[in-house]
Amino acid sequence: MEHRGIINIALGLLLAPFLLGVITRVKAWFAGRQGQPLLQLYFDLFKLFRKGAVFSRTTSWVFRAGPLVGVASMLAALALVPFGGSAALAAFPGDWLLLAYTLGLARFFTVIAALDTGSAFAGMGASREVLFAALAEPAFLVGLAVLARTSGEFSLSAMVHSAAPLSPELVLVLIAFGVVFLCENSRIPFDDPNTHLELTMIHEVMVLDHSGPDFALILYGAALKLWVLGAVVVGTALPSWGNVPGWPGMATNVAGMLLLAVGVGVIESIMARVRLLRVPQFLIIALGLAVFAFILTVQ
Amino acid sequence: MNIDIEAVIKTIMVLLVLADLALLGAGLLSTCITLVAFQGVLIALFVVVDPAGEITLRLALIAGANLALKGFVYPYLLRRAIKNAQVRREVQPFIGYTVSLVLGLVMLGIALWLGNRLPLAGGGVPLAVPAALFTLLTGLYLVMARRNALIQCIGYLVLENGIYAFGLVTVERIPVLLELGLLLDAFVAVFVMGVAIYQIHREFDHIDTDRLDSLKG
Repeated sequence: MEHRGIINIALGLLLAPFLLGVITRVKAWFAGRQGQPLLQLYFDLFKLFRKGAVFSRTTSWVFRAGPLVGVASMLAALALVPFGGSAALAAFPGDWLLLAYTLGLARFFTVIAALDTGSAFAGMGASREVLFAALAEPAFLVGLAVLARTSGEFSLSAMVHSAAPLSPELVLVLIAFGVVFLCENSRIPFDDPNTHLELTMIHEVMVLDHSGPDFALILYGAALKLWVLGAVVVGTALPSWGNVPGWPGMATNVAGMLLLAVGVGVIESIMARVRLLRVPQFLIIALGLAVFAFILTVQ
Repeated sequence: MNIDIEAVIKTIMVLLVLADLALLGAGLLSTCITLVAFQGVLIALFVVVDPAGEITLRLALIAGANLALKGFVYPYLLRRAIKNAQVRREVQPFIGYTVSLVLGLVMLGIALWLGNRLPLAGGGVPLAVPAALFTLLTGLYLVMARRNALIQCIGYLVLENGIYAFGLVTVERIPVLLELGLLLDAFVAVFVMGVAIYQIHREFDHIDTDRLDSLKG
């Protein structure tokens, strides 16, 4: 089964930027525009990799390490997340905790690189990012704990794929995961990925000072994060027939990911960004739903 | 078939708890009214799927009365009160929504702890006692932590829903007269509250209970 895990990682590496292309295409379609090519992010990445980087004199090695650690953490996360019904490459009991903290490590380095620029603007974004992450992470962990409890498994690969049939718990956990997915990937109800001008942005403001290959790494890391969290959501949402190991499971899961991307595009088109003060409230609701689901499983 | 009914009851209870949590986080009066009406419909459904008995005329009557009053008449009266008194459409909380939600989770924990300890007859119904207790606590909380007089009326209705659900799971059989009396009491309360709010508004231009204590002549 080893080769399946490697295929899964390769699939993630290849297709992750494509998901973002799908999201922008759906948004363009809603707005009545033609939209960018589906492969635009690949072109952007190639363009950025050929450029040189500019580093401010106030920055240190921390600033240069940020994007690298970000992508490296996402690679590690890819090795932990199961896809298409087959186990992840590095599946072991308790790996769901490692997944949460791998994502946390990437976030920590993005934040610390933003602080390293010495810009007050980047520091503001960093502060917001940390606040929201501190609320989103418990929701994610408790949701995973519910899956562990219902399936009786402690490895992400086993518990995502042996999720119980449709039950109140599963629906609650999926809603919580959906909120965490949108928030962690700085999608619209929580953060607008397209703004570069507003004072309300969160993720974009932290990466303003990165340029060239570094910025390419950050964009690629963000795409991989979308893929990793999306794989958890899709794997949990699909019933057992959708997670048959092998090519059928692969096909249903890729279809699920595309559907998720379309869903994100639709949400971004029909919803406005919520006020910054309301974001913690949404995350607390997600946490509440996850905790409630956990209580239901313990009952 | 038996398992089906259990699953249905569990779903109803989960929805009841979710409606409570939504009430704690809702900011608009009209949202709260919709949520209370939704709870009323859930309770009417709960009367029908009670696993203890068959669907008799008596059950159907009570469920129908519940559905009509809590699902349609109360919301209508409350909405009319909003329109007549032209009150502020926010619930004006003393305690913010986020903190309210966190406190709600704490209350849910207390309700579960209590529900598991109470030696009651309703052991066969999963989650029913904690859900009823939580609804009760939510009603109390809404009455205490919101400033708008109308949300206090809504809190009272939530409280009543909680007591009613509690009665359904714990007591084998409530006399019809008592149940209808209870419904009538709540009806009168909502009705009188609507009129009272209108009068208060006409006298003082607001229905802010926080400022009503400075009215001593």
